[in-house]
Amino acid sequence: MSDVSTLAPRQSAFDTVRQAVFSPATRQKILAFASLVVLLAFFSVASDNFLTSANLIAILQATAVNGVLAVAATFVIITGGIDLSVGTLMTFCAVIAGVVLTYWGLPLPLGILAAIAAGALSGSVSGILIAKMRIPPFIATLGMMMLLKGLSLVISGTRPIYFNDTPNFPVISQESLIGDLLPFLPIPNGVLILFVVAIVSSLILTRTALGRYTFALGSNEEAVRLSGVNTDFWKIVVYTLSGAICGIAGLIIASRLNSAQPALGQGYELDAIAAVVIGGTSLSGGRGTILGTIIGALIISVLTNGLRILSVAQEWQTVVTGVIIILAVYADILRRKA
Amino acid sequence: MTPLVEIAGLDKAFPGVRALKGARFDLLPGEVHALMGENGAGKSTLMKVLAGIYAKDAGEIRIDGRPVAIPSPRAAQDLGVSIIHQELNLMNDLTAAQNIYIGREPRRAGGLLLDDDALNRNADALFRRMNLRLDPRTEVGTLTVAKQQMVEIAKALSFNARVLIMDEPTAALNNQEIAELFRIIRQLKTEGVGIVYISHKMDELKEISDRVTVMRDGEYVGTVPTATTSMDTIIAMMVGRSLTETRDETAAHSHGEVVLEVKNLRRGDAIRDVSFRLRRGEILGFAGLMGAGRTEVARAIFGADPLDAGEIHIHGRRAVIRSPRDAVRLGIGYLSEDRKRFGLATGMDVAANVVMPCLGRFLALRTFLKRRQIRSTTRAFIGRLGIRTPSEEQEVRLLSGGNQQKIVIAKWLARDCDILFFDEPTRGIDVGAKNEIYKLLNALAAQGKAIVMISSELPEILRMSHRIAVMCEGRLTGELPGESATQEDIMRLATKRESATIRKAA
Repeated sequence: MSDVSTLAPRQSAFDTVRQAVFSPATRQKILAFASLVVLLAFFSVASDNFLTSANLIAILQATAVNGVLAVAATFVIITGGIDLSVGTLMTFCAVIAGVVLTYWGLPLPLGILAAIAAGALSGSVSGILIAKMRIPPFIATLGMMMLLKGLSLVISGTRPIYFNDTPNFPVISQESLIGDLLPFLPIPNGVLILFVVAIVSSLILTRTALGRYTFALGSNEEAVRLSGVNTDFWKIVVYTLSGAICGIAGLIIASRLNSAQPALGQGYELDAIAAVVIGGTSLSGGRGTILGTIIGALIISVLTNGLRILSVAQEWQTVVTGVIIILAVYADILRRKA
Repeated sequence: MTPLVEIAGLDKAFPGVRALKGARFDLLPGEVHALMGENGAGKSTLMKVLAGIYAKDAGEIRIDGRPVAIPSPRAAQDLGVSIIHQELNLMNDLTAAQNIYIGREPRRAGGLLLDDDALNRNADALFRRMNLRLDPRTEVGTLTVAKQQMVEIAKALSFNARVLIMDEPTAALNNQEIAELFRIIRQLKTEGVGIVYISHKMDELKEISDRVTVMRDGEYVGTVPTATTSMDTIIAMMVGRSLTETRDETAAHSHGEVVLEVKNLRRGDAIRDVSFRLRRGEILGFAGLMGAGRTEVARAIFGADPLDAGEIHIHGRRAVIRSPRDAVRLGIGYLSEDRKRFGLATGMDVAANVVMPCLGRFLALRTFLKRRQIRSTTRAFIGRLGIRTPSEEQEVRLLSGGNQQKIVIAKWLARDCDILFFDEPTRGIDVGAKNEIYKLLNALAAQGKAIVMISSELPEILRMSHRIAVMCEGRLTGELPGESATQEDIMRLATKRESATIRKAA
C-alpha cells in the first residue's frame, strides 16, 4: 500500500507531461513542424542551390503576403467561419492606397492608414452580414470576394496604379531595417511585418478578451450567447480585425510590386486557407494557433520554392500542394477522432 | 394466443446509470399496450432495445415464441418491429412516397432507373390500407405534423410491421388529429398489428389502450387491464416507492423579499399565461411532464427566446429582457438541461468556462486577460464546489457529468447572479454527485440566492423545493407547499389537461 501512495504523485506528474506532449493538438503542431524540417532537409540534400541565404530570404519574402493573409484567415476560421474574400480584399486595399497616394497625392502615412481602414471597414461589412443578417460565412464572403474584385477594377479603371509619386513606398516591404542594424541578417521589411503581425495576433488570441471570445465562438456559440456575451458584436470585431490585417497584406504586396494590380488577388484566399489548415487550425472552429499558421505558410513556400529549384514543372507543384492539403485535413480528422 | 413479443429479465446499463433492471413486457396481436412511468423510468430505453437501437446487456426477447437477437434497427425491421420516434425522421424535401421507400426504391430497366410509377402506386396502396387520403407525390415538408406522422406509420407498415412502437405520438397533435390517429390505430388492430403506446396522457390511454404496463426506475411494476383500473391506481403504481431520501432541512422562506415576479407570460402554445413569484432564499420547484413548458418559461425569462406578452419584475422594478445579456446584467443565471449544447464550451478549459459570463472583471485596460487572477478564482471555485479535475487547465469535455454541472454552477456564481434557474440539474449525473448538487443548492438558498429548480424527478422536486409549481401544456395548473405535497398531488396537476381547466377566451 505504501508503495502505491508514494508512487501515485510521480505517476500523475509523468502522465501530465505525457499528456501535454502527446495531446492531439500538440501532435498536430509537432507534425507540421516536423514536416517543415523534413522538407528543408530534403531540398537541401537534393539541390546545392536550396540552402543559400539568398534563397532562404527569397522563401521568407515569398511567405510574407500569404503569411499575413493566413493570419487574418486564422481568426475567422477559429470562430468556425470561413473568409473567401481575403485575397481580393488585399487587392482592394492596395488599390485604395494607390488612390490616396497616387491619384490624390496625399502623404504616405495617410495611404497606409487608408488601406488598413478600408480592410477593417470591409471586414466589418462581412461581419455584419454574417452576425446580424445570418448569411452563412461561406456565402457572405463569396459575395464580398466578387464585390471587392469588381470594385478594385472599377476604381482603378482596370489599370495598375503605380506608386511613382511616393518614392518611399517600396521601403514598406523591400528594404531591410534589420539588415541596416545587423548586416549579416538582411531580412526584408515585408518579412519583418509578417513576424510583427504574427506575434501581435498570437498575443491577441491568447491574452485578450477578443481572443478568448474568438475561441469560444468556435467552440460553442450558443453557450457563449447564453452566458450573456454579445456574440454578434464579437463576431463583427473578429471579421473587422481580419479585414484590417488583409489591409496590411495589401500594403506589402503593393510595395513589392511598386503598384496596385487590380486583377490580382483571386486564388490567394485558397493559399491562405491551405496554410491555416496545414498549421493544424480546425475548420470546424474552436482550435488553432498563429504559430501553426506561420509554419503552414512556410511549408507552402518551401514546397513551391524547392520544387522550382528542382525544375519540377509548375503544374506538378500545384498537384503536390493539393496532396499536402488533403493530407493535412486528414490529419485534422484523425486528430478529432483521437 | 401466442404473444407477438415477450421480454423478460432485460438489463441495460449506461455509464453511471442502470437504465433497465430485469424489465418485462409482452404484447399480444391486435392489442394496444400502453407503457407508462415517470421520466427516466426506462420506457424509451426498453423500446429502443426492442427496436434494435440499443443492445441489451442481459435478458431474453421472444418474437412469436422464438428467442431472437436484435443487433440493429435493420434486424428489428426484418422481424416486423418498427418504431416511430417522438422526433420524426423524415426528409422534408422528398415526397411522401420517396420517404417511405428510401433505400428500397423500386427499379426498372434492369435496376438502372428508378420506377417512380411503382413507387407511387405502392405508397398509394399503403395509404388506402390505412384509409388515409394523401397524395404520395406530396412533399413531406408541406404536410402537417399529424400527416407526417401518418407517413411514418405508412413507412413502418411498408416493412410489414406487426409490432408498432409509438413514443408519445400525440405530443404535437390537436384533438381532431388525435382522433384520426386513433382511427388508424384501431384499423391496424383489426389486422392483428400489436401496438406499444408510450404516453403520459391518461385520458388518451383510457380511450385507446387495452392494457397498461407500468415501469419505475428501470423495473417492471405491473400490468393491468385499462378498462377496469382507475387512474389513481395507475398513478400510485408509477410513483409507488416510498420516499427514502431524507428531506433536507429546508426552512420556509415565505417572508423573504420577492426578487422575481412574473406576470401573464405568453408565447404561442408553449407558454400560456404563466405568473409566479420567487423569494430570496427560496427554492421554487417546477414540476411537470416533458414538454409541459417549464424549460420554455425559464428560457423566455432569461431572454433566450422571445415573448409574446407578459411582465417581468426584478426586485420590484419592471425589467425589459431582450437577450441573455440583459438577463445576466440583472443577475439572472440559467443552467440549461443540455449542458453540452447550451452550458459549456467543452473544447475549452475549466477556467475559460468559469469566467465566461464575467470576463469583463478579469481584464486589464479592458482588453488583456488577467490570467493569474482567472486561474486563482477558478481554483477557488474548484475547491469550494469540490470539482474533481486535475487542474483548472483541463478541457471540460474530459470531466464527468457531475463535475461539468458544477462548472456550470461555478460559472453563474462567479458572475454573482442572485436569481438562478436550474433546469434538470441532476440529469445524467450519478447518485453520489446528485447529493453534492443538492447540498450545493441548499447552501445557495441559505446564502440568499433565489432558485427555480426545474425537474422531472418527483422525489427530487419534493426533497428540494420550498414551494412547487406544476405545469401542464404551457399552463401553471397549480402550486403546492413543498413540505406537505405528495407525488400523487403533483402527478394529478401535471396531467390536468385543457378540458379539466378553464381556458381563457383569447
